Amino acid sequence: MKNNFFTIIFAAVLAILAVNNSHAADIKLLNVSYDPTRELYKEYNPVFAKYWKAKTGDDVTINQSHAGSGKQARSVLEGLEADVVTLALGYDVDQLYQKRKLIPENWQTLLPNNSSPYTSTIVFLVRKGNPLAIKDWNDIVKPGVSIVTPNPKTSGGARWNYLAAWAYALKTNNNDEAAAKEFIGKLFKNAAVLDTGARGSTTTFIEREIGDVLIAWENEAYLALREFGADKFEIITPSLSILAEPPVAVVEDIARKHGTVEVATEYLKYLYSKEGQEIIGKNFYRPTDPEIAAKYAKQFQPLQLVKIDAFGGWDAAQKKHFSDDGVFDQIYGPGK
Amino acid sequence: MNAVTQPINPAKLVARQQLALQDPDWVRWTLIAIAIGFISLFICLPLGLVIFQAFSKGVAAYWSALSQDDTIAAINLTLLTALVTVPLNTVFGVTAAWAITRFDFKGKSLLTTLIDLPFSVSPVISGFIFVLLFGAEGWFGEWLIVHDIKIIFAVPGIILATLFITFPFVARQLIPLMQEMGNQEEEAALSLGASGWQTFWAVTIPNIKWALLYGVLLCNARAMGEFGAVSVVSGHIRGLTNTLPLHVEVNYNDYDVVGAFASASILAGLAIVTLILKTALEWKQGNR
Repeated sequence: MKNNFFTIIFAAVLAILAVNNSHAADIKLLNVSYDPTRELYKEYNPVFAKYWKAKTGDDVTINQSHAGSGKQARSVLEGLEADVVTLALGYDVDQLYQKRKLIPENWQTLLPNNSSPYTSTIVFLVRKGNPLAIKDWNDIVKPGVSIVTPNPKTSGGARWNYLAAWAYALKTNNNDEAAAKEFIGKLFKNAAVLDTGARGSTTTFIEREIGDVLIAWENEAYLALREFGADKFEIITPSLSILAEPPVAVVEDIARKHGTVEVATEYLKYLYSKEGQEIIGKNFYRPTDPEIAAKYAKQFQPLQLVKIDAFGGWDAAQKKHFSDDGVFDQIYGPGK
Repeated sequence: MNAVTQPINPAKLVARQQLALQDPDWVRWTLIAIAIGFISLFICLPLGLVIFQAFSKGVAAYWSALSQDDTIAAINLTLLTALVTVPLNTVFGVTAAWAITRFDFKGKSLLTTLIDLPFSVSPVISGFIFVLLFGAEGWFGEWLIVHDIKIIFAVPGIILATLFITFPFVARQLIPLMQEMGNQEEEAALSLGASGWQTFWAVTIPNIKWALLYGVLLCNARAMGEFGAVSVVSGHIRGLTNTLPLHVEVNYNDYDVVGAFASASILAGLAIVTLILKTALEWKQGNR
């Protein structure tokens, strides 16, 4: 009887393995991405698969993994076999070169527009009627305002949030760094919850109803409005924010091993096509193709955008603000 | 009245003894009400809410959420994980309990402590242990890459993490029982000429079978429900490395409330089946 039991288990294991392997014949790509791109790639992947099928006759299935951008970069470094990464910021992608040489040093020059097929910025989401009358960054650092933002240590969006606030503080304080540091300190003193990724923050704000203001990706804020209704939330666009450029890259070392370099490259290039750019615009990212960008421009509020170059690029910004004992550690932590 | 003590009415004596053993009605009923209230509030209400949310958009929406490819893949992976880890941990658990209760050896108390380790360590830490060991930058990372073996962010990693987390359940159920039983019955069997193997099947197993089954049930429940450790080693690839608990989180973060609660209802269903089986086992054990 005992023997029968083990035979049944063994057979069941084999059956499940067989089911899992039954559609292994087609090409598989793994796209390791950050949090708010869930809906974008859900719409883009089948469109690309259809395009690739028409072009080559091959079937391609794209698997997705989503989490905070910094965490995803770590996972790829620790062995998550991504054929492509589509992360929130250049620094996280660059780690794949710096730490394990999984991508070439010049990865950011391999695709147009610094390898960013779409851009976005940082805005505020507040509850309907804007009860605290929040208009700009200086309104959210006031005492008693409860802020929801992800953790800059793990989330790319959170680092864009932080730098946008920093840029505003510098501008309004005649480039006084000490004043900017104080401003950022006040902002994080108001932070109620630091989730690991942008989507976690959005659900904290929307479904758990914590906080007065969510600092969010523009695309994430508009998507939340579409999903949960404009009768519950309002988007507040500050006077100044940052031009966020989320880059994409083929993880050549892994793609070569999988034999997927060609399809992975085309997967990313097709994001720049008219069809790809339309999907990008529809999902509230800012298209980089001028024609499609003009078509979707009216869905966003105008604002002044600061580029990451103003911080001396991502390496300098990361080192100064987010490394261990950087500015963020100095202003946020136990007892601060 | 004279000096002779009046005989006490035996019925009254019984009543007085009962009174001494029993609290007044209001105490009893308050305690029962608190217990029932607590259980309804913290167990029945959330469970009911899961079912309510899962069906909030109708049976059709519930069914279509469960029949999505990713959900089916998550169910398959969860079942596979349990099918591999539960039998292995049953064997390990019996072996460990046998070794600890039947033999005397150096480091026995250390072994007993080590068995409890997965209970005392946070599941997230348990997951990180495997990343540190088998991750690309971990101790065996280079070797694994050279030999093209995937452990972390693949099914083997998930099974390993679950194996680690669920290790103590069977052993923990058996050790106290086998200690209490002592080994006289087994010694008797051996002295009557039974082989070690015969003794195990004919004497030990019948004595421990209910505790063993109970341990297996608990082990299975945890194997299917583990989140923390599996989350660390999973990589969260949809349709490939998401177990049911991880799939619930993915759905919830996709704003797919029905999908999240539909998957959660399956986990809740598994928990309820486990509880019913557990109660049945206890009842059977009590009536033996």
